[in-house]
Amino acid sequence: MAMINLVLILLVGGVIAALSERWSSNAPRWVALATIALTLGYLLSQMATMEDLQRLQASTPSDPATWLLHFKSPWIPAFGINLEMALDGISLLMVLLTLFLGAVAVSASWTDVDQHQGFFEANLLWTLAGVLGVFMAVDLLLFFVFWEVMLIPMYFMIAIWGHENRGYAAMKFFIFTQASGLLMLVATLGLVAAHREATGVFSFSYFDLLHTPMSETTAHWLMLGFFIAFVVKLPGFPFHTWLPDAHTQAPTAGSVILAGILLKTGAYGLIRFAVPLFPAAAVEFAPIALFLGVTGILYGAVLAFAQTDFKRLVAYSSVSHMGFILLGVYALNELALQGAVMQMIAHGFSTAALFMIAGALQERLHSRDMRQMGGLWQAMPRMGAVAMFFVIASLGLPGLGNFVAEFLVLLGVFQVDRWIAVIAALGLITGAVYSLMLMQRAFHGEPNPRFENLQLDDFGAREMLTMAAMIVALVALGLYPQPIFDTTQSSVLGLVEWSAQGVPQ
Amino acid sequence: MTAQQLLALAPILSLSLTVIVLMAQTSIRRNPRLAWWIAAVGLLVTLWCAEYAGGFTQQVTPLFNVDLWGLWFSALLVFAALVSLLLARDAFPAEGHRKEEFYLLLLLATLGAVVLAQACHIASLLLGMELMGIALYAMIAFPKDGSLPLEAAIKYLVLSACASAMLLFGFALVYAATGDLSYAGIGAKVGAAYGQNPVLVMAGSAMVLAGVSFKLSLAPFHMWTPDVYQGAPTTVTSFLATLSKGAMFIALTRFVIDGQLYHYPALVNALAALAMASILIGNWLALRQTQIKRLLAYSSTAHIGYLLVILISLPQLAEGSQLAPLGRAAVSYYLAAYIVTTLAALSVVHMIGGEDDTDLRAYSGLFWRHPVQAATLSVAMLSLAGIPLTAGFIAKFYVIVLSYDAQLWWLLGTLVVGSAIGIYYYLRVIFSMASAAQGASPAGDSQLGWRNPLAILLMLMVLGLGTLPQTFIDLASQF
Repeated sequence: MAMINLVLILLVGGVIAALSERWSSNAPRWVALATIALTLGYLLSQMATMEDLQRLQASTPSDPATWLLHFKSPWIPAFGINLEMALDGISLLMVLLTLFLGAVAVSASWTDVDQHQGFFEANLLWTLAGVLGVFMAVDLLLFFVFWEVMLIPMYFMIAIWGHENRGYAAMKFFIFTQASGLLMLVATLGLVAAHREATGVFSFSYFDLLHTPMSETTAHWLMLGFFIAFVVKLPGFPFHTWLPDAHTQAPTAGSVILAGILLKTGAYGLIRFAVPLFPAAAVEFAPIALFLGVTGILYGAVLAFAQTDFKRLVAYSSVSHMGFILLGVYALNELALQGAVMQMIAHGFSTAALFMIAGALQERLHSRDMRQMGGLWQAMPRMGAVAMFFVIASLGLPGLGNFVAEFLVLLGVFQVDRWIAVIAALGLITGAVYSLMLMQRAFHGEPNPRFENLQLDDFGAREMLTMAAMIVALVALGLYPQPIFDTTQSSVLGLVEWSAQGVPQ
Repeated sequence: MTAQQLLALAPILSLSLTVIVLMAQTSIRRNPRLAWWIAAVGLLVTLWCAEYAGGFTQQVTPLFNVDLWGLWFSALLVFAALVSLLLARDAFPAEGHRKEEFYLLLLLATLGAVVLAQACHIASLLLGMELMGIALYAMIAFPKDGSLPLEAAIKYLVLSACASAMLLFGFALVYAATGDLSYAGIGAKVGAAYGQNPVLVMAGSAMVLAGVSFKLSLAPFHMWTPDVYQGAPTTVTSFLATLSKGAMFIALTRFVIDGQLYHYPALVNALAALAMASILIGNWLALRQTQIKRLLAYSSTAHIGYLLVILISLPQLAEGSQLAPLGRAAVSYYLAAYIVTTLAALSVVHMIGGEDDTDLRAYSGLFWRHPVQAATLSVAMLSLAGIPLTAGFIAKFYVIVLSYDAQLWWLLGTLVVGSAIGIYYYLRVIFSMASAAQGASPAGDSQLGWRNPLAILLMLMVLGLGTLPQTFIDLASQF
């Protein structure tokens, strides 16, 4: 019940936030923050009642009893659909990341959103509720429901509060993810049909479906359905075209949530569903996925380099970074998978911060065009320093979380396919090129003459506090990543063992 | 005829009685308010009768087969009629005291629909269809001002009459070949008759199919739909979209199931072609509409196409699959979801007003002007698009499960493509409601006491069907 409550707290908090607009325009923001804090507190209180995280080391992915939390109650018995949710190490980390970045997004929306604040914060909280559901659902239909439900408030956030071309971007975002979601639904039902044919039982439970005997062709097609749905969301090459538009047009808080959290649901789906449900097909498919991953890394980097729009550049850099996740998942060994999970977290922080900086610049300059910038460091030294930190984190400087992630992925991939690893390592160089170019164009050089009649306020206390939290997190991840590895180890090991079934003997 | 048989016909009798009482009242002293209450009470009593008649299910004369399924559909149709009646309450301000006739026509059309839902014989099918059709011509042309309703009514009259004639001639040919007019009889004999007289049977069934497709506005017989939806007063549009199409689909379903027509591959293939064409063409043409009523017209073509997929999956299911009962449940659920969702959408369109100009621009900023109506219309659009937690999702879920089981890969693919296209235009409606208001709001913006409760009720029904489907599935499985 605890996990349902987590989702419910956010849903109800959203309703209260929407109504609280009547009292004052600031009330919804405080309600949103309080709701997120309450959710986090509730989650932690549930953790304390669990024996401790030690149990994580001993859990096996195919046995729900060994997960941290497991809950099951009938929903639509006619189809064997349950409200079944479970929490393991990976889910736990993702839930914590979601709540953290949710609070960051509220902070980002503080001055950015100046109309219909109540409805905005409500949509933000409802998106978070959907995302939490996605990270915890282990009934495949329930997962699909949350998958779709998180889209609608996100759609509203882009469509109502977005920038000049919001209608197009919101529509593109929704159609891409919805159409691929439909593909996933069809694949899910195909898997359930195969399971029913073999066992005679109608069940959508992850733990039942893990043991579905099916023919090689069926497995292959169904796996492809899941793979495409998750890679569109990730987004991996060649399904990434919705991302730059959605990111660029979304309001700052929307970009933070999109880049920080929503993209991670795609990676999570690959780790949780696409690989374990079809181990044999996944192993067979791995070379193609690795190829797509490495293409994404380089292609994203090249396109990022060609951008003049600050947000678009960061968006394409996300495509590049997500390529590492695809590599990490489909290398199918422990090192690479740990790296992929690490990348999900570290990329969440670094990109969220960069989008916040882009939003802060847009608020002050009314432009995202880097040709209109330059020399901003002199006017806003605090913002410049913060931007420098996150740009360097994003390009993978040793000592910060992103480096650990990308290094582990490369190490893991090297064991599988050395050439892929070599080419992927080029991504670190191209990453440095576009990241430093961003820094140089926006913050270095002579101040742009058009700044004279603009009010350029440096980061204030609220922004510095938010940034400081993320800086601390990234440094901690980079210097002492072991707790993260401990938390996910049993899930990762279990997954590697499980997919090893698929390796031809 | 025994008393038991009369009790089994209770819904039809109570509707007929209401019609007579209303006529009597109108001829004595004109009073639109009283007439409205008589109609409303009559419909409520009919709802109760539909439940009551459940204790007396049987074959009543060769014309009617009163069973729980038919009664369940009757109740659904009467519910839709009630909502239309509620919408009609403040419609047609120009007509003033003439409004009794509208209520009378509405009741007559409902009677026709209920007859269709329980018919098991060609004679009762045609009776019900014509009763409904003729009442509808008058309902569409009811407003005395404006040429659009008149144009729509004439269009509907001419085309519908053609379709009826075609249907009638088709049945005559089938009768000539089989010598039977009951659903079951035709189904049993048509195979042998085809052996003796292939041309007669072929021509006859093709004409019947074309006639039915016209009434259901399946592509390529859908041309009339957008014009009639657009031209008709919104109250009548909602009636046409829900009752008239729903009743016709129920009649088709009963014909196919009672007559076991799904054993004839030629018919199933023809239905499959119609379904594919409807899904693709309906969704495709809806893409470019800016008038919400026209958009809903094309969307209904697509949705009837999805519904047909359920009928097409029946033959494979009939071969001893454990999912066989699912087919019936799927028709019940999909129709209920479609009717409730369409009612929700068109009720909001009616409340926002702008009878024959329902351009999407009039809906801009609706979220900030009328949050309740905007929320209801959004939920209805999401339901039509098949987004989870709404009725439309579970309905589509049924169709996908069934087409998997029947291995209808082509139809499954069409359905996925159609749904993906559909998202675009459904979302556009929501987008325009969320965008900043532009221009003056249309005339019918005033608030009336019952509007918000009705919108909220319909929204909750759509959401309830989607979040707690098990309750509904249990309820429907009793029928």
